[in-house]
Amino acid sequence: MSLKAQSAGIEIENVDLSYGQTRVLKDVSLSIRQGEFFAFLGPSGCGKTTLLRLIAGFNTCQSGRVLIGGKDVSALPPWKRDVGMVFQSYALWPHMSVARNVAFGLEERRLPRDQIEDRVDSALDIVGLKHLKDRKPSQLSGGQQQRVALARTIAVRPKVLLLDEPLSNLDARMRVDVRRELRALQQDLKLTTVFVTHDQEEANTISDRIAVMQDGRVQQVGTPQELYDAPANLFVAGFLGTANILAAERQADGRASLPGGVRIDLPDDGRTRAMFRPQNARLATPGDSVSTGRARLTGTISHREFLGSTVRYGVRVGASECLVDAPHHGGEQGFRLGDPVAVDVDRNRILWLAD
Amino acid sequence: MTTGTTSPAATRSLGQPGTLVVALLLALFLAAFLVIPVMTVMVAAFQPKGGGGFTLINFVDFFANDLFRRSFWNSVYVAAMSVLLATLFAVPLAYFTTRFDFRGAAIVQTLGIIPLIMPPFAGAVAMQLLFGRNGTINLLLDQAFGFRIPFMEGLNGVIFVEAVHYFPFILINLSAALNAIDRTMEEAAQNLGCSGFRLFRRIVFPLAMPGYVAGASLVFIKVFDDLATPLLLNVKDMLAPQAYLRITSVGLTDPMGYVISVILIVASLVAMYLSTLALKGKDYATVQRGGGGLSRRALGPMDALLAYGMITLVLLLVLAPHVGLLLLSLATIWSFSPLPDAYTLAHYARVFSDSGQYIWNTLLYAGLAGLIDVVIGTAIAYLVLRTRTWGARWLDAVAMAALAVPGVVLGIGFLRTYFGVTLPSGQSLAAFWGMIVLALAIRRLPYALRASMAGLQQVSASLEEAAQNLGATRGRTVRRIVLPLMTGAIAAGFVTSFATAAVELSATMMLVQSSNDAPLAYGLYVFMQSPAGRGAGAALGVIAVVIVGISTYISNRIVERDRAGRAGAPGH
Repeated sequence: MSLKAQSAGIEIENVDLSYGQTRVLKDVSLSIRQGEFFAFLGPSGCGKTTLLRLIAGFNTCQSGRVLIGGKDVSALPPWKRDVGMVFQSYALWPHMSVARNVAFGLEERRLPRDQIEDRVDSALDIVGLKHLKDRKPSQLSGGQQQRVALARTIAVRPKVLLLDEPLSNLDARMRVDVRRELRALQQDLKLTTVFVTHDQEEANTISDRIAVMQDGRVQQVGTPQELYDAPANLFVAGFLGTANILAAERQADGRASLPGGVRIDLPDDGRTRAMFRPQNARLATPGDSVSTGRARLTGTISHREFLGSTVRYGVRVGASECLVDAPHHGGEQGFRLGDPVAVDVDRNRILWLAD
Repeated sequence: MTTGTTSPAATRSLGQPGTLVVALLLALFLAAFLVIPVMTVMVAAFQPKGGGGFTLINFVDFFANDLFRRSFWNSVYVAAMSVLLATLFAVPLAYFTTRFDFRGAAIVQTLGIIPLIMPPFAGAVAMQLLFGRNGTINLLLDQAFGFRIPFMEGLNGVIFVEAVHYFPFILINLSAALNAIDRTMEEAAQNLGCSGFRLFRRIVFPLAMPGYVAGASLVFIKVFDDLATPLLLNVKDMLAPQAYLRITSVGLTDPMGYVISVILIVASLVAMYLSTLALKGKDYATVQRGGGGLSRRALGPMDALLAYGMITLVLLLVLAPHVGLLLLSLATIWSFSPLPDAYTLAHYARVFSDSGQYIWNTLLYAGLAGLIDVVIGTAIAYLVLRTRTWGARWLDAVAMAALAVPGVVLGIGFLRTYFGVTLPSGQSLAAFWGMIVLALAIRRLPYALRASMAGLQQVSASLEEAAQNLGATRGRTVRRIVLPLMTGAIAAGFVTSFATAAVELSATMMLVQSSNDAPLAYGLYVFMQSPAGRGAGAALGVIAVVIVGISTYISNRIVERDRAGRAGAPGH
């Protein structure tokens, strides 16, 4: 029996939400496409879980609206929304067996008994736990509990699947496996899925698109690569991957000087922060000549982390610090703490961001 | 921190002569005043009259007797109906206050616990005046509609009074269980399409069931064992009153009192066993990350009206005994009229001038009993949690077993065991007032013991290890580290023991030999026997409520202050 549903897109329009005096969501608008795997990514307290619960109907917004499949659901209670949610704590009912947990939503939908049996079996089959259907949740491991929670949700064929930090209660190894399975399952069911996480690696590996959130606002929406290569602001640049940020000073000739005095072109629109990634710079000895297309900063090695294939150096340049990744080849000593060093940054890879 | 840790603080112990001596003394105390008296009663039930040999003839006689059979079924019926009625009182209060955004939820919860701080028998007389055949409510009903409701007739009266008194046990346990349900449990069900009453029936109620069962079984046992309430309402054909009447009127040689004692104990054990059976594998304390407690919802206008109406009605009902008692203590004459004819302070004057010994005795007995309890409770807790003294867990188990021993049974046991022992003064040891203190101490020991256990569990063993590491001996560690950190728990344990001992009557009733040695609860009982004494009895009842109320308040303050002081500390 197939568990494919008519999945639907989600529109969030100008949503404002406050708890008392605290504004938690500020003019949030998003468009999540049908069948898309979409992540809300941000630090804790950024409003991502609040937004997810708003879609599920557990929060109400003061203004704005939420549409699922083109239909305004703002006034609908959670039990009429047909939106499946997997809770961070899994929320399996301890007084019911695995099979009873999975059957619950189907019973609430008043399905005939034989259909319920079929769908419970196929949902448990999908997550590979059919043999445990008579167990109680307390007799399962964390990973198994999570699969049951997932099976319970997909059994009702929701229009949308919401996942609230589904990997946070699993150990590191398990996370990698489970996120692959989640992705495969989502592709298989073609189910619109929204995933909340604070872990950029999780978001990058699993999602089609990501909304980066901070302080109740959506900072940027895009594919993982767009966000990494072209962050819209300092927050996004720093939250996805490692970013070196240098403050440039506009000089009389309209060009900028970076710490150490290097001159460089900068845009006219007021963006004065130069951002580059650790892999877009090269370390050299100060006496070497600078190759074309590179801007040279000078400083001293302030720390070094051996990561295996690369060595990540911290270089103190004036008042700021840059991180530079140097490839490691067997036997090389590399730079040592306190060595004077030149950082040659690829001029084409410097991105200008507003303060 | 669990028991049986292998922390250094707990390693060297069996060889410690100090702890062994303490354990031995504790064992002697429990043997002398709990195990031997109860065993004596059990043995007497299985011996032919006059002693020697083993027989079941006493039980055959018991069940062959109409009165005893009726008493047995009446006790079962009254206990079961009390649980039912108490449930009806408790469920709406617990559900509405934990589930909805409810104005005054804290006040409702507090008011709901007040009945516990009054001895049930004290309320009984007030209930007669309010709900009895010629009480306020029935007089008003009769005038307005020409009919009366037999609230207080016979067994109804006992059920009504007991339910009003004991329903807080269900309220407290059920509220705690409802508050412990992770709100995502409920949200997950809503997310899958469940709402309203189905949500309550399928998710909320099953998850709260353990709390309900715990409360309900406690109510059943308390009611089944209660002696004073039926006696005061003049209901004699129940088990506990029969035991009392046989021992006091027929004498210590009559086996029927012992047979009833055995039945009371067995019933308590069965109820406890059934409740643990019902709870087995259902530890649903499900609060996880993400916030506990049911999500509170705003009430619609119709729901609000219904909820407030229901709660007001329940609160009026359960607070009626207090109001009635206060009115009675201030009334000149109150008979065949909805309210007293006039008001006076004379009853209080009479109590303080003539019967001050009741109050003094109560403070003395309950205070000594509380003191004994915290000393023994703390000692047992320390032995169990911090040493590996052989048999410490048995001391704990035996002390806790006192919960299953009804007051009547303990009283009878004391009489049977110590009546023949004479003091140098020629008085029987069983008639010595100190025995009342000991009986009270044994009855309340489980409360103090649990408080000490909880308190000691909150003191991290590493704090003691640090002291020992810096050169303090075991004894000095206890004195300088453990006891100061446990002060809050010990004080709370003392007050609980004190307050509940102050209104205990069932064991006391068996042991009081002269009214000079009698505590307040007994005095109240004596006063209430005659219509002329009712006013003074009520005044004593009000004093009892005030004593217990103040104690409860103090204990709450201590616990809160202790918690606040601990909040800043790291760990735990």
